[in-house]
Amino acid sequence: MPFRRKRTDWQSLVSTAATGVMTFSVVAMVGVILGNIVWNGAAQMSLHFIFGGTKEGMFDAAHAGVFPMIFGTVALVVLMTLGVLPVGVITAIYLSEYARSTSAVTRVIRGAINNLAGVPSIVFGLFGLGFFVQFVGGGIDKVFYGGQLNYGKPALVWAAATMAVLTLPVVIVATEEALRAVPKGLREGSMALGATKLETIWRIVLPQALPGVITGAILAVGRGAGEVAPIMFTGAAYFLAHLPSHLSDQFMNLGYHVFVLSTQSPDIERTKPILFGTVLVLLMLTFLLNLAGVIVRARIRARARQANG
Amino acid sequence: MDNSKDKPIVQINRLNFWYGDKQALFDINVGIAPNCATAFIGPSGCGKSTLLRCLNRMNDLNDEQRIEGTITMHGMDIRAPEVDVIELRKRVGMVFQKSNPFPKSIFENIAYGLRLQGSQKKNHLAERVESSLRRAALWEEVKDRLDESALSLSGGQQQRLCIARTIAVEPDVVLMDEPCSALDPTATAKIEELIQDLKRYYTIIIVTHNMQQATRCSDFTAFFYLGKLIEFDTTTKIFTNPANKQTEDYITGRFG
Repeated sequence: MPFRRKRTDWQSLVSTAATGVMTFSVVAMVGVILGNIVWNGAAQMSLHFIFGGTKEGMFDAAHAGVFPMIFGTVALVVLMTLGVLPVGVITAIYLSEYARSTSAVTRVIRGAINNLAGVPSIVFGLFGLGFFVQFVGGGIDKVFYGGQLNYGKPALVWAAATMAVLTLPVVIVATEEALRAVPKGLREGSMALGATKLETIWRIVLPQALPGVITGAILAVGRGAGEVAPIMFTGAAYFLAHLPSHLSDQFMNLGYHVFVLSTQSPDIERTKPILFGTVLVLLMLTFLLNLAGVIVRARIRARARQANG
Repeated sequence: MDNSKDKPIVQINRLNFWYGDKQALFDINVGIAPNCATAFIGPSGCGKSTLLRCLNRMNDLNDEQRIEGTITMHGMDIRAPEVDVIELRKRVGMVFQKSNPFPKSIFENIAYGLRLQGSQKKNHLAERVESSLRRAALWEEVKDRLDESALSLSGGQQQRLCIARTIAVEPDVVLMDEPCSALDPTATAKIEELIQDLKRYYTIIIVTHNMQQATRCSDFTAFFYLGKLIEFDTTTKIFTNPANKQTEDYITGRFG
């Protein structure tokens, strides 16, 4: 029996074209955004811009420098990571290893974490102001400094704490996924040799899950470096003559600086190059921080594969 | 020696076991002779693995489990409240169906249990690692690559590594849960040979699907069916002259 001649398959042609065009438009959009920033920001790049301060002429392209903002952003992200990793990892360990997945309490905790991820970031800013700055900071001042103002004001440490709360769900979810991926057989093998649950978690499960933990940290850092709303009330400053030297100091921040430049400049045309330059620096910094995380993770994975220890 | 052989090292009395509402074991009574290999055979779901996991209280990890009856080891109830389950698991080692070497070096896999017990001295660890690997007939194959990942070993080697890891902490009893089911015939033969050798030092209980395996390497055989112990006797008796019709049907391959 002869086969019927193949007809043009319009259906697959159209669907290929439609999905292809959509994908291309997304790629094009990202390309335009990045290209625009790099094209306009590159002119502003100079050693003075990156390593210089903002003594005078904050809105003047010839004099501006963003080093204090880079410093503040890095300090914020580092402190945030120090805060969010232990809390997030320990919470994930509880949820994955100790909590009964069917119990009502666990379901409530999980719901809370999911809700935390959906809260608008400005709400975190207000929460940070109310809880960290006024309640915790004010409390510290009352108890340790006799009411003298030290911690009861916007500060690097409170901005970092607020950002840590904001990024907590990311770290918890990534870590929990990594913990769940560790085969049950490894846990049983360890327990069968007389290891306690804690020893098993510490020596077998957690090392296996470490790359996943770092994935969580990378995502958190990416978010923390760019968010502005949570730090507006809790620590970021419009302008500071000096770099922050103490946890209770305020700090300048790249993201917040972009906001300042675009809303507060007396002459928007003269500020534009700085604006693009600052955004470019922010992108590069986020990229570098992520790159560092990816390299660390790759090393851990490689070491796990060779397993020299 | 012969005298002690008569007295079971592990005695299971009137053991009932439930997963949630489902009863998995019914009124099991077995005595395990020391320095012998005892095989638990029976079709899938007959409760033989469940029983094995009662002996090192691995079932404790399951929230839904419920257990009645007694299991004594050296005359002591292993489920008594004063018994430390960690201590029990050091004395009753376990080898799993799917080999589960830790993603660490060969050396560290064997040293793991010793380190848990607080051994830190390099010399002592190295000695014990070597003697355990020798006993597990793996030393000659891995002595030059102790620092390499355990995951670089073949499936059969990995399972012998798990056996070496288990005996490194010098247990009295070694439980084996279908240790060869994922291995090829050559690797299986090596492990069966090893079991013959190991029972001089340890009491071995092996769960197996493979009846030839039971005849090749066990002294006693217990046949389970639907959670009940149908027949328990010397392996020779079970496979040549079983007392029970169900046992006979199973070993002759009429069902299961």
